[in-house]
Amino acid sequence: MSKEVEKEKSMVLQKEMVARLFDELSAANETGKKVVYTFVPGNLSELILAFDMLPVYPEINALQSGMRKLSGNYIREAEKFGHSEDVCTYVKCDIGMMLSGNIGPTGKKLPDPDLLLLSYTGCFTFMKWFENLEKLYPGVPIAMLHTPYQESGKITPDMTEYMVKQIKEEVIPKMELVSGKKLDEEKLNAIIQNSIEIEDLIVKIFDTTKNVPSPIDAYFAGVYYIGPINIGFRGTKDAVDYYTELLKEIEYRVENKLGPVTPEGVMEERFRLVVEGPPNWTNFREFWKLFYDHGAVVVASTYTKVGGMHDLGFRHDVKRPFESLAEYCMNCYTNLNLTQRISLLSKYIKDYNADGLLVNSIKSCNSFSAGQLIMMRKIEEDLETPVGFIESDLVDPRYFSFSNIKNRLDSFFQMLDQRRVILKDKTAVI
Amino acid sequence: MKNIDQILEHCKELAFDLEFSYAKNWKSAQTDRVLIGYMPIYFPREITHAANALAVGILGTGDRKQIIKGDAFYQSYICHIPRGIIELALDGNLDEIDGFIFPSICDVIRNLSGTFQILKKGKFVKYLDYPQNFLSHIGGKFYKTELLHILHEIQKINNIEVTPEKLNNSIKLYNINQRLLKEIYNIRQEYPWRISFENLYYVVRAGMVITVEEHNKILEDVLEFLNINNGEPMDKIKVVISGAFCEQPPIGLIKTIELAGCYIVDDDLLLGSRWMKGDVADNTDDPLNALSEAYMNLSTFSSSVYSVGKPKGEQLVQLIKERNADGIIFAAPSFCDPALLDLPVMQKACDDANIRYISFQYNENTGQYKVIKEQVGAFSDSIKLWEDTVSS
Ligand code: SF4
Ligand code: SF4
Repeated sequence: MSKEVEKEKSMVLQKEMVARLFDELSAANETGKKVVYTFVPGNLSELILAFDMLPVYPEINALQSGMRKLSGNYIREAEKFGHSEDVCTYVKCDIGMMLSGNIGPTGKKLPDPDLLLLSYTGCFTFMKWFENLEKLYPGVPIAMLHTPYQESGKITPDMTEYMVKQIKEEVIPKMELVSGKKLDEEKLNAIIQNSIEIEDLIVKIFDTTKNVPSPIDAYFAGVYYIGPINIGFRGTKDAVDYYTELLKEIEYRVENKLGPVTPEGVMEERFRLVVEGPPNWTNFREFWKLFYDHGAVVVASTYTKVGGMHDLGFRHDVKRPFESLAEYCMNCYTNLNLTQRISLLSKYIKDYNADGLLVNSIKSCNSFSAGQLIMMRKIEEDLETPVGFIESDLVDPRYFSFSNIKNRLDSFFQMLDQRRVILKDKTAVI
Repeated sequence: MKNIDQILEHCKELAFDLEFSYAKNWKSAQTDRVLIGYMPIYFPREITHAANALAVGILGTGDRKQIIKGDAFYQSYICHIPRGIIELALDGNLDEIDGFIFPSICDVIRNLSGTFQILKKGKFVKYLDYPQNFLSHIGGKFYKTELLHILHEIQKINNIEVTPEKLNNSIKLYNINQRLLKEIYNIRQEYPWRISFENLYYVVRAGMVITVEEHNKILEDVLEFLNINNGEPMDKIKVVISGAFCEQPPIGLIKTIELAGCYIVDDDLLLGSRWMKGDVADNTDDPLNALSEAYMNLSTFSSSVYSVGKPKGEQLVQLIKERNADGIIFAAPSFCDPALLDLPVMQKACDDANIRYISFQYNENTGQYKVIKEQVGAFSDSIKLWEDTVSS
């Protein structure tokens, strides 16, 4: 592995964007900017931007706390407050953080919300989360946006109509009330236009993993790449610039046949994997190392699609702004039914020429985890692709067992190696 | 009135018949009869009734079936009920059931609907997405399209068209059912010793697998029995159970609570049977709309329903007061996100209202009750002691 790790321009851009957002958040009380707490899947970034409001994403705070090794204490705080050990740790981490003074990732206090925007996509826990937040912030208006599940594997006109009405009659009026502004549809459309550009760029970026070697890791680095669209920058010029720069850098890697950059330099590709499930945040670096030490590159992952599925063709649409906002929400990965998830994973395995599928089953997350075992079996049977399975948690350090995960991954990679030998022998015989 | 012991015995058999023999016999009597299985919590059975279909509640296997295959479908940190349901499906217990409804209560039930789709169980599988918007022209309209979808699926099977008359008639029958249940609960609140909670549970649960006509008869008989002064009060506290709306606690656990000094005067174990807080309009031109309006406006509170604006904690406190209960037992299935995430909010409301509570978790196949018995016993004693102290 080569040891050159230098900050690329896109990384600097992202860092600056995020720093600016958190600066704005910490100054919100003085500037009078209104603050919206909302969720990543089904986020209505375009609308929030159209009203000049600032977003706070409790899930992002939770994962940041996980990475900064603060989540363990926050979770304990929430458990002291009465939360069970058995529930989603994102919720507990977030609530624990609020109970401990709501200090954000930059070390500054996050402002209280002016609006709780419950865009409720792909996970029931969000609803419970907001019912809890309502207690912590009594009197703050809540806008609920219920996203119907794609139970039949498609979006019906009734589903879209139901959502559009909610957006127009529930969400926008609450935003108008809180911001004191009327919705400027022209402004919204200009923002949506940026989103479309960003979505095109993102699809191109994640599609570069078709190259051998893959120029990026679509999971461990992928989570950084989706950062801007998942924390409120979808629809901004900043994000267009960021993704343009990122694509340029990745294309350079493709031209020069460079593998992904890891914290320890450029890695060499030995295995190509598709990963299902969120990563572990508390031990993110260690976790990633277990992959790159074996030359395992993730060429596609479902987690990077929780904030929106664009590779199957969805784009926001200036001609149908509200309908497309609705369809965006309904298209997030965890809002797909199990059959859709299986076909998506199968498509990734084939399109990206993967050697295997790895499932990281997250204790916290029923939305992802319930049903994963049958999905695995189905894919294993249908595609004869090797499937590995590990378990961890998002932000609860008590559920990251390094040795268990290492043992399982070691055997998985061994299996992939043996399979390669067998396949080679077979081809030689033919 | 029939002999109450026979009625209760009959209900007990029905409630735990994992072969669903009653439903299968009912179906075989006519060619255009259809069976629709539904999972917790609530499903508007009026629509199936009007379509010549019998709604069959599927509540897992409890502690009555060994789970072998079902465990291979779920990680250890997922609740127990879906394992039992899968076991039933794979063992053929659900083979006669034509369609399956998965009400939107949590991600586990939601994804179980996907598992049924993959396993190709039934002629249709429907995840019934209850609206979380409660305006008639938004959530109400969406809900109606969901119900229509189910009716179309049933019609594809038996070719029966549901007329407003038929649906109004079904609504009437279920209104009667709900009223009878309410009356039974009201009498029991005053005289809980007249029928044990265990027996009441059999009676209510039986109603989830038989026709509403037959269940109404059973309820009338039970009501008649309850109106007779029988049994002797014991020195027990009155409690409400909350959190057990989906995966059911085993009967052993229910008995343990009663034996440890509690009368259970209200509960959410089979909440779907008592979902509506009042009658659904039964004489309109658009009965589907009446059902939708009832869902919007008459639903009881539940962990699966968005509650901002009418906090569940306060509604629970209200229920305790109405039932004149001494305390509350929060009993939730292990790993049940909806129930467990509600706990702090509910408990805070109880603290604020000076209502005492205990909480524990269970699985549907929990076999050891010693710890729970001690916990409930201590709870009951402490309340009795408190009352003695206050009254002296
Ligand atoms: S259950 Fe999963 S999707 Fe839902 S909030 Fe928790 S981590 Fe997110
Ligand atoms: S027990 Fe709770 S988590 Fe499990 S299926 Fe029922 S509601 Fe969902």
